[in-house]
Amino acid sequence: MTTLEFSHVSRSYKVRGAGTLKALDDVSFTLVSGKTIALVGQSGSGKSTIAKILTQLESASSGSILLDGKPIPRRGRALRAYRQSVRMVFQDPYASLNPYHSIRHHLERPLRLHRVVPKREIDSEVARLLERVKLDPALADRSPHELSGGQRQRVAIARALASRPSLLIADEPVSMLDVSIRLGVLNLLAELQRESNLGVLYITHDLATARHFSDEIMVLNRGVVVERGPADRVILEPEHEYTRRLRDASPNPDTLFGASTGTRREEAGE
Amino acid sequence: MTDQTLLTIDEIDVVYDVDPPVHAVRGVSLELARGEILGLAGESGCGKTTLAYAIQRLLKPPAVISAGGVIFHDRDGTDIDITALDTDGLRRFRWDKASMVFQGAMNALNPVKNIGSQLDDVFRTHRPGMGKAERREACAELLDIVKVGRDRLRSYPHELSGGMRQRVMIAMALALKPQLMIMDEPTTALDVLIQREILQQISELRTQFGFSVIFITHDLPLLLEISDRIAIMRAGEVVELDTPANIYHGAAHEYTRTLLSSFPSLTGDRGGFLRGEQNTGATR
Repeated sequence: MTTLEFSHVSRSYKVRGAGTLKALDDVSFTLVSGKTIALVGQSGSGKSTIAKILTQLESASSGSILLDGKPIPRRGRALRAYRQSVRMVFQDPYASLNPYHSIRHHLERPLRLHRVVPKREIDSEVARLLERVKLDPALADRSPHELSGGQRQRVAIARALASRPSLLIADEPVSMLDVSIRLGVLNLLAELQRESNLGVLYITHDLATARHFSDEIMVLNRGVVVERGPADRVILEPEHEYTRRLRDASPNPDTLFGASTGTRREEAGE
Repeated sequence: MTDQTLLTIDEIDVVYDVDPPVHAVRGVSLELARGEILGLAGESGCGKTTLAYAIQRLLKPPAVISAGGVIFHDRDGTDIDITALDTDGLRRFRWDKASMVFQGAMNALNPVKNIGSQLDDVFRTHRPGMGKAERREACAELLDIVKVGRDRLRSYPHELSGGMRQRVMIAMALALKPQLMIMDEPTTALDVLIQREILQQISELRTQFGFSVIFITHDLPLLLEISDRIAIMRAGEVVELDTPANIYHGAAHEYTRTLLSSFPSLTGDRGGFLRGEQNTGATR
């Protein structure tokens, strides 16, 4: 059981000629193994700043982040160990894989770096990882450009899983993929999460998948968490005006054509 | 065909002439009414952008229109056979009669010229008779129409947000008051609130200026809301063409139903989502 406590974190940036911009203002949440928290909000609401702080690509201006009670290490072996247990899946599978290297290289790197398995088992571990994300192990010797977007994102997920992390940060993992395969990739993530009891921070601006994919939803507006709660409740009965605006702006044919919405609302209200 | 028809696409075929040839659009026939918003949906590679490019004659080799035709029924009563236009004819046709908002339009602006001069380009090219002051006023007015504001004339693209750049592209497409606007994924990179504002604006402008829209996107729920009719494309063919209500309630083609089910419902049931009962059982 791993617990990540993100407490009272703020981050501000100096903007030339405009003072300071508070990208995050006193944000707190706790991510635990086996649970998914969705982080939703508009562009510029601070979603990705949270992801960057969690992966230590940025540091917090104030507040604390504790992994199982210990602060994020600043450098060296300890930071490496932290990064082994908190991994990231990036948005753009066309940019996150190095075009010069084979798929095998991408999966071997974390295995070697974090000494996950003995050297002689690396090949079989690469094959196993590819199988876990439902790809043919024979793809290992291909280059990224030979794969489709969905296959690439599966490779990126396999890479994130290579170091056997306990927490996964998925920053818009399907928004660059074609709609017909988005659900497949999300379902795969949900399945892997169950198998490995991963804690997932799902960053997205798509309220529909946030609702179905996560246990809890946090709504971020200009760096401030304006609403949080169980996924169904936040979407079906939003309390904050901003959440309502987000929901009403999302295309929703069910309300337009009056489908099962009513019954669903009643269920949720019980 | 009635006099309310703006565009007739007749059995058009587009082939990418490579080895082996790729048949990207197969025998597509569509009629677009004046003032109509026609949604064009389908997954990546289904041929929807290729079809749009064919209508504008923007296809580059190896893509060629191998059969069929596109007739544009001009407001003044003349019929223009787009597939037969020569270079001069195309120059007069494009943008003046039919404009386009391209995919990734936000990044289609020239980064080293301010947006005023990029809008001005349209008038300099297509309306050589206009004076400088007249052009400036027209550009300013366009920015007002799309609610960017005329004080942004001298702004460079990097000084504008993604939503504003998208509006500038729409202003540019509106400049010559075309009868047809083709929009290829115009809101895909924007967040939902900005997307909603832009969609509302497109629909208001349509009411105001009466142009028709071919709206290309893979976001079927969005099309269900904004379109008068929706065409579903798959592997180069239009497999279904109907009103949003009919598509939502009783899609005739199985592929349409599959496509619909790949969008989890915001307020309805979980549909194809793995989570839910199974998962709650495992974690609790």
